[in-house]
Amino acid sequence: MAYAQPTPILEVRDLHVEFDTMSGLVQGLRGVSFSVMPGETLALVGESGSGKSVTAQAVMGLIGLPGSIVSGDILWKGQSLLTPEGQKKAASLRGKSLSMVFQDPMTSLNPLMTIGAHLVEVLRRHMKLSKPQAFARGVELLEAVGITEPRRRMAQYPHEFSGGMRQRVMIALAIACEPELLIADEPTTALDVTIQAQVLDLLADLQKSMGLSIVLITHDLGIVAGLCERVAVMYAGSIVEAGSAATVFEQAEHPYTQGLIRSTPRLDDRRDRLVSIEGAPPSLLHPPKGCAFQSRCPVASRQCDTKPARQETPAGGSVSCWTPSLPAWADVAKTTEVHAR
Amino acid sequence: MGTFILRRSLQGFLVVLGVTIVVFVATRMIGDPAQVMLPLSATDAQRAAFEQQFGLDRPLDAQFISFVGDLMRFDFGESLWQRRAALEVVLEKLPKTLELIGVGLLLATVVGIPLGALAAVRPDGLFDRVVVGLSLTGLSVPQFWLGLLLIMVFAVGLGWVPTFGSGSLAHMILPAITLAVPSMARIMMLVRSSVINELNQQYVRTAKARGMPFGRVLFQHAMRNALVPVLTLVGWEVISAWAGYTVVVETVFAWPGLGFTAMKAINHSDLFLLQAIVFVVAVGIVLVNIGLDVLFKLIDPRIKEA
Repeated sequence: MAYAQPTPILEVRDLHVEFDTMSGLVQGLRGVSFSVMPGETLALVGESGSGKSVTAQAVMGLIGLPGSIVSGDILWKGQSLLTPEGQKKAASLRGKSLSMVFQDPMTSLNPLMTIGAHLVEVLRRHMKLSKPQAFARGVELLEAVGITEPRRRMAQYPHEFSGGMRQRVMIALAIACEPELLIADEPTTALDVTIQAQVLDLLADLQKSMGLSIVLITHDLGIVAGLCERVAVMYAGSIVEAGSAATVFEQAEHPYTQGLIRSTPRLDDRRDRLVSIEGAPPSLLHPPKGCAFQSRCPVASRQCDTKPARQETPAGGSVSCWTPSLPAWADVAKTTEVHAR
Repeated sequence: MGTFILRRSLQGFLVVLGVTIVVFVATRMIGDPAQVMLPLSATDAQRAAFEQQFGLDRPLDAQFISFVGDLMRFDFGESLWQRRAALEVVLEKLPKTLELIGVGLLLATVVGIPLGALAAVRPDGLFDRVVVGLSLTGLSVPQFWLGLLLIMVFAVGLGWVPTFGSGSLAHMILPAITLAVPSMARIMMLVRSSVINELNQQYVRTAKARGMPFGRVLFQHAMRNALVPVLTLVGWEVISAWAGYTVVVETVFAWPGLGFTAMKAINHSDLFLLQAIVFVVAVGIVLVNIGLDVLFKLIDPRIKEA
């Protein structure tokens, strides 16, 4: 690899995660690689079960039994976080330089602790502030994430906050110690649409003012287009396509990406019905040997029985497909009609 | 909070009133007090004198009114066995029972809560298996048998502690352990499952993601939430010790408390003393329940007036 570029703040290399469940070994991640540059926003896109959240948990060091990282590496500024010294390093980064906002704000706060206690706890731990200093900083943080009357709100409990307000608190907690990288795992999924926009605007503002890198995990392509510079599309535990947001949206190479974009409603396209991708993702208990998308791919061929290697695309991205850039879904409407007997 | 306590106290007052009515009905109507309390050899004249002395020859409604009137003045009549005011006997024995429950349940919680919590850290690990095994044993052992066994081994066999009675710390050890063991077992089991449950909650994961060390996550975050149901159990343990287990334990160890006295009162057919004991026990249960409700409100901000 050429290192003309600056070192990525986070690099994930060929990560494999397995879960030892009652029904067998589930391969949660099957070779995930990506990197995040300082100040960059990367979107991890994919449907439920594609491994987005597992990736985030692996980076945060939150994979617990029955899951484990089988192979691959996670590097922070070029230093592995999985070696014994790396794990110590990871423990000191977590919550400070590397922080995370979770999907469900309703259950993410301790119901028996005040909002202030949460903020003071994290500030005292990582910023070595005294209690009054931490409290004062906590008030500032609540103000920064757009919570009115922050001083009064500090003394309140999570159940006195709405979902959107709780997510703002989660963001305040995540940025409290001036992180360099923020992982946001579907931060708006549990929120109303109007609140979603506010929370995303907040994230975008914070990124500009603090210069942080963001890994945004979502299944909502609309969010990606507005907020992210680069996109990585996940399917069945691996990344099938990656590139700049513009190229991935305009000239998607992988049939799955193309299908995803087709199935997203657009204002400028007055189709009668939305087209879905037929079928379901493969079970990660017994994943297929070849391309995981094979069974749902309209342009699959015999070649696809062997796993396609990752290759660079002309636009500077990468794709794992034997026949990239084929307009796979050109006549998908006809195909579905044929299939619907 | 003030009105809350006041309302609970009024409800409690009604409960105690209900209990006394039941006691009144049970003692006057189910059996003939004169027959129960006088020896079999008593003559009819003696019976009539007894009934007249205690007003048992009057109509029931008149008896009830004077019963409630006496109650209001905390007059439960005279203990036939001890030949002094029943309430005086009860209040004299009360501290001994409170002492036993206090030490026994302190032991049960101080041992049970940490062991249960540590077992929950690694479910099905070696330590967990040991704790679960101990709990099951503690739950299965009959309390009176455990008491007798402890006496045999530590008092009779090894001679480390006295076999029965009270007075010194050494006297306290075996009864307290006997009272504590089943409670400890139940507390351990509940703490274990409650902490396992909390450790799987999302807020625990976010606390870890904020870089909180495991000790803090366990004690500051998970334990506080886990202890809410445990508090219910501890309250229940206090009440069942107060209204039942101490009778067994005090009888086995001849511990001069309320439970032992209740047994004696029954053996002596001392209805007045028994009434006083039942009344005090009922008041105690009501007080413990009010105390628990107040504690819940202090611990969990989500609990509103209910």
